[in-house]
Amino acid sequence: MAIEVKQQQPDSVHLVIDGEVSIYNVSELKQALSNYLDTVKEMQIDLAGVAEIDGAGVQLLMFLKQEAAAKRVELSLARHSEAVVEVLELLNLSTHFGDPIVISADWKSL
Amino acid sequence: MNELDTALAIFAQEAEELLADMEDALLSLDQDPDNSETVNSLFRAMHTIKGSSGLFGFEPIVAFTHEAETLLDKVRQGERAIDSNLIAVLLESKDHVAKLIEHCLNANGPALPAELAATGLRLISQLNGGVQTAIQQGTGSADEKIFSEGGGEISVDEHWLISLEFKQDSFRDGIDPLSFLRYLKTLGDIKQILTAANGMPSGEAMDPESCYLHFKIAFQSEATKETIERVFEFAADDCEIKILPPNAKIGEYLALLDAQDETQVRRIGDMLVQVGALTEHDVEHALQAQTASVESQTVDGAKPKPLGEILVEQHVVQQPLIDQALKKQEQTKQKIASEANYIRVDATKLGHLINLVGELVISSAAMNLIVEKHGLSDASDIAAGMNALVNSIRDTALELRMVQIGDTFSRFRRVVHDVSKELNKDIQLLISGGETELDKTVVEKIQDPLTHLIRNALDHGIEHPEQRLAAGKPAQGTVQLNAYHESGHIVIQIADDGAGLNSEKILEKALANGLVKKDHGLSRREIYNLIFAAGLSTKDQATSLSGRGVGMDVVKKNIEALRGSVEIDSEEGQGTTISIRLPLTLAIIDGFMVGTASERYIIPLSMVDECIEMSANECEIDEIQHYINLRGRVLPYLRLGDYFGNTTANANQRESVVVVKFGQTEAGLVVDELHGEHQTVIKPLGKVFERLKGITGATVLGDGTVALILDVQGLIQAAIDHKPKALAHKPALRRV
Repeated sequence: MAIEVKQQQPDSVHLVIDGEVSIYNVSELKQALSNYLDTVKEMQIDLAGVAEIDGAGVQLLMFLKQEAAAKRVELSLARHSEAVVEVLELLNLSTHFGDPIVISADWKSL
Repeated sequence: MNELDTALAIFAQEAEELLADMEDALLSLDQDPDNSETVNSLFRAMHTIKGSSGLFGFEPIVAFTHEAETLLDKVRQGERAIDSNLIAVLLESKDHVAKLIEHCLNANGPALPAELAATGLRLISQLNGGVQTAIQQGTGSADEKIFSEGGGEISVDEHWLISLEFKQDSFRDGIDPLSFLRYLKTLGDIKQILTAANGMPSGEAMDPESCYLHFKIAFQSEATKETIERVFEFAADDCEIKILPPNAKIGEYLALLDAQDETQVRRIGDMLVQVGALTEHDVEHALQAQTASVESQTVDGAKPKPLGEILVEQHVVQQPLIDQALKKQEQTKQKIASEANYIRVDATKLGHLINLVGELVISSAAMNLIVEKHGLSDASDIAAGMNALVNSIRDTALELRMVQIGDTFSRFRRVVHDVSKELNKDIQLLISGGETELDKTVVEKIQDPLTHLIRNALDHGIEHPEQRLAAGKPAQGTVQLNAYHESGHIVIQIADDGAGLNSEKILEKALANGLVKKDHGLSRREIYNLIFAAGLSTKDQATSLSGRGVGMDVVKKNIEALRGSVEIDSEEGQGTTISIRLPLTLAIIDGFMVGTASERYIIPLSMVDECIEMSANECEIDEIQHYINLRGRVLPYLRLGDYFGNTTANANQRESVVVVKFGQTEAGLVVDELHGEHQTVIKPLGKVFERLKGITGATVLGDGTVALILDVQGLIQAAIDHKPKALAHKPALRRV
């Protein structure tokens, strides 16, 4: 797992999450991501590198969305990986997050 | 008897039973006024009597029962509340119906005696005149709203509705909701899913390792409820799972419910589990909720919610299914009630059968003897097989006559109810062990003595409320009727928490009556048992109920006539307990055969504690002090041969001791031979032998000889009373 800051501006941040988002690292992720939420007005998370996400991971994403809304931060998720899309579809959460999802032709059927 | 007479006899008997049921129901309503089943049975009783009376043209009965029925119907519909006044009126009405029936059966005229007619009119006005108390019907139509909150509506018609509320520890317990959903997908189609994290706190308070996820799923599948539930089996501890069947399935369940067999009444949960609308887990869960709600509401004395209501509230089943199941349950109950699975058999026929079985037992013993004597090895297998059959026939035949004592017990509720009113005392009757069975003939004969003892307890035993309060006891007195089995006997106990017996008073009276001498040396227990002697009453003033000093001796005689015994124990100020011990049956027993010299005797096997050889180390006999030292236990003993006057010729005979027990007492019977178990058909001895001590009956053995059945109780007493003879010339301690 790693959070990489791709682009940082005074009001916005563009982050990239790699590896897995699961019960094993949600605590660290929450801590790190919450800190950003306190400082910026706009936040984009690139999920292309997320190879695995579980229930706790999804819950974390939901939490971030909730926090962002409360703090009036614009949060967007982008470049969802296959694993993320599969889970969001399974839980019918795509519309909840409302971010455009690009489905690659290479992915196995969802 | 012509056909009409037979029909009338059946009518009379049926009506009697119905009225007895009605009385029970009324008295139990006193404690539990909301029990709809009891009200139903009241209604049924009146309804049935009305119907069959109409058949015979007994107009007065029809007219009266019609009124009672109408009233009970109102109660049933919840239009009229039941209270103690109404119960009293209904009790009286029940008695009135009994009188009407008696009148119609005996007097062949339609005209009612003026008195009966007047009572009838008064009761009818009382039945109708009560204040109409409309019971408010709670309108509890809980709307199916669960799936309308947050997010789109889900069609509930063809889809299973599954609601999953994971507990916070789920993630930490290694449970990932996603895997269950993926697995669920293999069983069918997830048509719609709502994911929510409603309870998720914000900011620091949110622990990302806690699970806040809730799911509501519309699921299309052909799988059964149980299969679907099994998907979540591993999560059962960490998740609130509710699975509501699709509405489309309801039809199917209803059909299945309808097709359920009606041979036995089952619980609502079981019925729904069987058709698949519920799972065991659902029911268990709902029952827990029910118990929990009862526990939390004990202060208000609120009644537990019906299971069906809880199930609907928990969204695991729809209301129509519960309604249908309840309806079905009710139907089954009625069907069973209407076609009670009993055959009425003439008691004499049954008696004849038992006699024949007795003869069968004897002749099968005779056959065995012959088979053994001639060494017919090929016949012995068959003989053994037949023997086993005869045994089970014997047991079954005896069981036919066994009835539960509960019916007899509950009759006393009325006695207690009436007498306590009459005496201005507040007394409750507690009944336990009503399911204990014993021979019908014994039940019939025990009724009078029991009534007497209970009246005694009510009159002499329980004090007036003021006295009780003064003595620091609750104002309400308690009389307890209890029955249980104990080594081939039934024990019936009548216990009261009243004043107890005053041993000094009894002794005083006994001395005055010349029953005992001054230097009596009696134990407390023996003094108490003096009240069974004729002409002794400690009550200074005789009442209409008791106190004349006759009765207790009759009670004792009646019980002894049944080969039973009665014992009394009391604690002054605390109460009195009377224990009646009766043999289970009067016909055939398992006996233990022993012999002295050429004679054979039968000891009822249930009273045999153990058999031991006299030469054994653990058994010493002291002929001077007259006791047996059995492993350090002192036992009185009796030489059967000496007692019955047929001493052994052969002094070298090795003797054995049979330790017998009756109630609290025991003794050793010294015999020459042990023959072992023997099925004993009890043949009463003629009047000539009535006064014979130590013998209660006789039986015929397989070889045609007669063996005497020992009266163990009497023999134990004889052994205890035995005064050591002058045996000075014999060694003090003889090891036999």
